[in-house]
Amino acid sequence: MRKAFRGLNAILYKEVLHIQRDRTAMVLALIIPLFQLTVLGFGIDTNIRQVKTVVFNEDGRRPSRELIDRLRNSDIFRIVAYVRSDQELNETIVAGRARVGVKIPVDYSDQLLDRDTAQVLVLIDGSDSAVAGQALNVATAIGLDESLRRLLQTRQALPVEMRPRLLFNPASRTPNFLLPGMTAVLLLFVTTLLTAVSIVREKEKGTLEQVFVTPVRPLGLLVGKLIPYLGIGFLELCALLFFMRFVFRVPIHGNPVLLLWLAVPYLFVNLSIGLLVSAKAQSQSEAMQMSMMIILPTIFFSGYIFPRETMPLPFYLVSFLVPGTYFVNIARGVILRGAGVVHLWVDALVLLGMGMGLLLLAAKRFQKKVIAT
Amino acid sequence: MAAIVAENLTRRFGDFVAVDRVNLRVEPGEVFGFLGPNGSGKTTLIKMLTGLLPVSDGAAWVDGLDVRTHAEQVRERIGYMSQQFSLYEDLTVSENLRFYGRIYGLEREWLRERLDALVTIHGLAPYLNRQAGKLSGGWKQRLALACAMLHEPKIMFLDEPTSGIDPVARRQLWDLLYDLSGRGITFFVTTHNMDEAERCHHVGYIFSARLIADGTPEALKTLPQVNLPGTRRLEITTPDITRTLRIARELPAVCSANIFGDSIHALVEERLDPKELEAELAERGVVIREIRPRTTGLEDVFVELTSQHQAQLDGAHA
Repeated sequence: MRKAFRGLNAILYKEVLHIQRDRTAMVLALIIPLFQLTVLGFGIDTNIRQVKTVVFNEDGRRPSRELIDRLRNSDIFRIVAYVRSDQELNETIVAGRARVGVKIPVDYSDQLLDRDTAQVLVLIDGSDSAVAGQALNVATAIGLDESLRRLLQTRQALPVEMRPRLLFNPASRTPNFLLPGMTAVLLLFVTTLLTAVSIVREKEKGTLEQVFVTPVRPLGLLVGKLIPYLGIGFLELCALLFFMRFVFRVPIHGNPVLLLWLAVPYLFVNLSIGLLVSAKAQSQSEAMQMSMMIILPTIFFSGYIFPRETMPLPFYLVSFLVPGTYFVNIARGVILRGAGVVHLWVDALVLLGMGMGLLLLAAKRFQKKVIAT
Repeated sequence: MAAIVAENLTRRFGDFVAVDRVNLRVEPGEVFGFLGPNGSGKTTLIKMLTGLLPVSDGAAWVDGLDVRTHAEQVRERIGYMSQQFSLYEDLTVSENLRFYGRIYGLEREWLRERLDALVTIHGLAPYLNRQAGKLSGGWKQRLALACAMLHEPKIMFLDEPTSGIDPVARRQLWDLLYDLSGRGITFFVTTHNMDEAERCHHVGYIFSARLIADGTPEALKTLPQVNLPGTRRLEITTPDITRTLRIARELPAVCSANIFGDSIHALVEERLDPKELEAELAERGVVIREIRPRTTGLEDVFVELTSQHQAQLDGAHA
């Protein structure tokens, strides 16, 4: 068994020296993901607020102005223009200056007084489905609320009231939802690329061939390469979590130490992917491209941005093959839901299995180059 | 027991035969010079002998071990230095040495002793803390040689060790090889340099995948197919080499003529005296600076054998 890992300590010794020598590259590798986290964390807000709205108030009397105030107070609509004709209303939406158009007809106040149904036209730009859906819901709700208020003047209480409560992320903050998943992608990016490039560079320079004429075994070589980068990945994770917690103020509900432990199998998978890439790629640019091919599916299938539950069945099945899926679940579990090892051990085990499989596959590919042992 | 033995050693890449039925025997302590044009199969043969490439056909033994079945044990007993510098440029000289020491699993005490010995032999002491990438070509080669010898291999494979280093460093490196071979280490060295080949105990010449010459430099120079009976070798110096070569080849008494540097070596019938040749060439309007007899050199041998072999190949194709 010891023989299978022959050369491990020599490779480890040398790899640590490389990392010490090339400190700028390592610092960059650590800082770039933090930079990305910052940009995305501040930049992306998936909650829909302040939708640009144009109003055509043909009525103009007090009840109609009250309705407009209610729209404005919802925080969903921001009134950017008042217009004086149907044509202008349309024009503003087509030109993209507003996404929602509200027309209050000339007889709005009269209808209310006559206890008839007053109709309000709401035009919604459907080209962005998320915005349209939210605008539709809120506009309908405001209408309903306004109706109830007018109907319930005699009886003061509602017969039924739903009281929804958002668990784990009560303020529905985007960073809370987005950043734990993003750590999965950023970690993948750094660790896969670093390992892949570190071996391919040796191929390019011919130093790998020199190592192959020694009695080093493939597993000794690969594990020796893997351990230092595991350390770097771990450092990266700590930095990301620190930023998430103290810069973006995402509360960590679970045990951070547990998260670090459960991240080890994920890092292991990523590093093994990097090794496998390096077994196949002949040049650094090829290695980069191949790594990107692995990283993109993680962004789409891991559930980091797009919910897995709404994927078509084939894609949903694919998502089980993406290691990121499991770590997104682990990270959100520990950080947002306060989940413990009881809830997450399956994910960790799957990752460990994947990592082992990929490492052995990579070793086999290298074995072919170091023939006949 | 021979250090290296190859029997009908063959390597094919698809339809292409890179090494074709090579038979070879290198004795312990010999410096074996392995020559041949680029692409003739030199590196492929070395890769098979060092276990980097599987053998297609035939067999080879290194230090008595079959490379087909004992590649790992073979690797423990050989040192290999590849064509390009393949140590870690960002590591210092002593770090590179220590890395290879660890790879071979040398014990701490023993490693320290070996390092001291090698640093002395190779004169690396002043450079121990310098990054390998910042050494000059000759010192890089010395370091590579030292790394390849840490585990005391009995057999060293050096693939063009002197390409790209200056003549002084080249000479020093060869002196070192001789010194080491005197201590019983066998060297298998590829080179393009005839001076280096002349210094080897034993040379082999590979052309178009076949080993077409194998013996001591002296034995090769007296090969009958190189020195046809009734012929002599002349060296022609002229300012107009290409035209002279064309005209000389047309003369009936000239068996063969080839360019060597700034002169022409011609194999001519014995009856043809240098004066007569000069007269014949002058008659055809060629300016001759000097014509003098020449003893056969290794380069003559290889050029002669190559052209004969090429003629055979062309004949076989036709």
